[in-house]
Amino acid sequence: MAAPVVEAEASGRAASRPPARERKNAKFSVHFAHYKWLYLLLLPGVLYFAIFRYGPMYGVSIAFKDYVPFLGVNGSRWVGTQHFEDFFSNPDFPRLLGNTLILAFLNLGIAFPLTIVLALLLNEVRLSILKRTVQTLVYIPHFLSWTIVASLSFLLFALDIGPMFQFLNNVLGTNIDFLSDPAWFRPLIVLQEIWKNTGWGTIIFLAALATVDQDQYEAAIIDGAGRFRRVWHITLPGIRSTIIVMLILAIGQMLNTGFEQIYLMTNALNRDVADVFDTYVYFVGITQGAYSYSTAVGLFKSLVGLVLIFGTNWLAKRFNQSGLF
Amino acid sequence: MKIHNTTGGRVFDAANYLFLSLVGIVTLLPFVYVFAGSFATEAEITRRAFFVWPEQFSLGSYEYIFSTPAFTRALITTVLVTAVGTVVQLAFTVTMAYPLAKKTLRGRKLILSLVVFAMVFSGGMIPTFLLVKDLGLLNSYWALILPAAINPFSLIIIKNFFQELPAELEESAKMDGATEIGILWRILLPLSKPVLATFALFYAVGIWNDFMSPLLYLSDNSKWTLQMYLRQVTAASDLLGTGNVDPNYIPPEQGIKFAVIVVATLPILIFYPFLQKHFAKGMLIGSVKG
Repeated sequence: MAAPVVEAEASGRAASRPPARERKNAKFSVHFAHYKWLYLLLLPGVLYFAIFRYGPMYGVSIAFKDYVPFLGVNGSRWVGTQHFEDFFSNPDFPRLLGNTLILAFLNLGIAFPLTIVLALLLNEVRLSILKRTVQTLVYIPHFLSWTIVASLSFLLFALDIGPMFQFLNNVLGTNIDFLSDPAWFRPLIVLQEIWKNTGWGTIIFLAALATVDQDQYEAAIIDGAGRFRRVWHITLPGIRSTIIVMLILAIGQMLNTGFEQIYLMTNALNRDVADVFDTYVYFVGITQGAYSYSTAVGLFKSLVGLVLIFGTNWLAKRFNQSGLF
Repeated sequence: MKIHNTTGGRVFDAANYLFLSLVGIVTLLPFVYVFAGSFATEAEITRRAFFVWPEQFSLGSYEYIFSTPAFTRALITTVLVTAVGTVVQLAFTVTMAYPLAKKTLRGRKLILSLVVFAMVFSGGMIPTFLLVKDLGLLNSYWALILPAAINPFSLIIIKNFFQELPAELEESAKMDGATEIGILWRILLPLSKPVLATFALFYAVGIWNDFMSPLLYLSDNSKWTLQMYLRQVTAASDLLGTGNVDPNYIPPEQGIKFAVIVVATLPILIFYPFLQKHFAKGMLIGSVKG
């Protein structure tokens, strides 16, 4: 549609609020004058995203530079992919990758299925007061900080006096200091994750379970299907797409091992198994001041994370499931 | 629907109810233990491995922490930063969500896609730290508030909520000569109270619980927040990851750790019923699509 015609129409009506279709084609200055208050309201948010979200994305360029605080991001010298080469040839790299992946797979393999199992068990409860009470209780830990979770762990597993220290060592017939023994770092992390987030994770599955067609159960009962066969043949297929979407989300977040949790549980004795990309970036970048190198490590992690998100989404679509995007 | 429950079904139900009750209790036990311990004497904590009720009731731990300036300062700081931060973050989010809810606004699509991209990719810890440093915000409480001023998920959910409000409300206000800001302030905000309360709570919990921002941006320990203080009190000094073991370090009594944990947890537990009322709904309308 030709612009002058629209303008003529608009001025012809002399309306301060022309219909949407015409507004779309009006000159931007007219549009802007009409919407000036809205643009004004938009300003703080746009500035926020420009400064605090996209500013650091620009700052990522120091991954390819030799950043000197005095010279700033723009003034520092370009060094190409030097920091990436340093990182990939550093023995820290395979160690970090291994630690991160092991924790990710432990969470995917243990915490994720437990969430589904808990949701299925809750879904079978017909005593609504019990269901609501259990839900209320298991959601709480999600809202507590990792500092509190770590502090509770320190108290419960405290050497000699912690209740869990005494209980577990009595059962196992050992005398293990769970907090400093590197072999117990991963079990503790997974245990914390289960305690904090399993309950919360059930919300989305319970919502999906509520949408499963009830008639199917009736038909299955008439056909003589027992409890477990109903779960296996009706309930699980009914929430399959939710499970896949949540799995995609989890895989996309695989490298985000949770800085706070790992940092809080890291100590001088378990560093070898505790270090993951996020905490490594902190220790090398913030405490040792290797800004460019640590930014390169962080960028590597973000890019792999991005590939994971889009890759798993593509896979989900190929299997004819609803993707995320 | 009438469900014919077989014997096997009943056994399963009983086992399931028992198991789920146990899950609920086990989730709760650490709190009960810490709560009981905070009111117990130091001698009892060391003597008894586990208890849910103190034999001898004592307020000693609380008297001690509330007479410690470092603790009271951290507590007051955290309350103030949480209060101011929640208002600021909510204001940023709402003012941006409202224009984005107008489908005819030019540039809307571009801005929305930039917001979505910011959800899946970020500059990362170091560039953000350097930005905060360059802005002169190190050791300022604004560093705990501004970098997280808008949560993209919350922004999109609030935007969707505004979009679903009937357009007639605004039309009639416009007839009466109200400006866009007037409409937002006098018509939309009062209508959105429950939604805004929910997101205010989520922002508040986020600031209260935040450990990474104070760790990164507040090196001056007189400015520490409660989470930083809690960390310092509960972690044994030789386990802090620094490798420096101070031979003169005397670890705080167990009871003090219990009491600090209770104080840091209590506000969350108090607000939890309000949170719970809304969060499930909030999560479900939180779909990014559309």
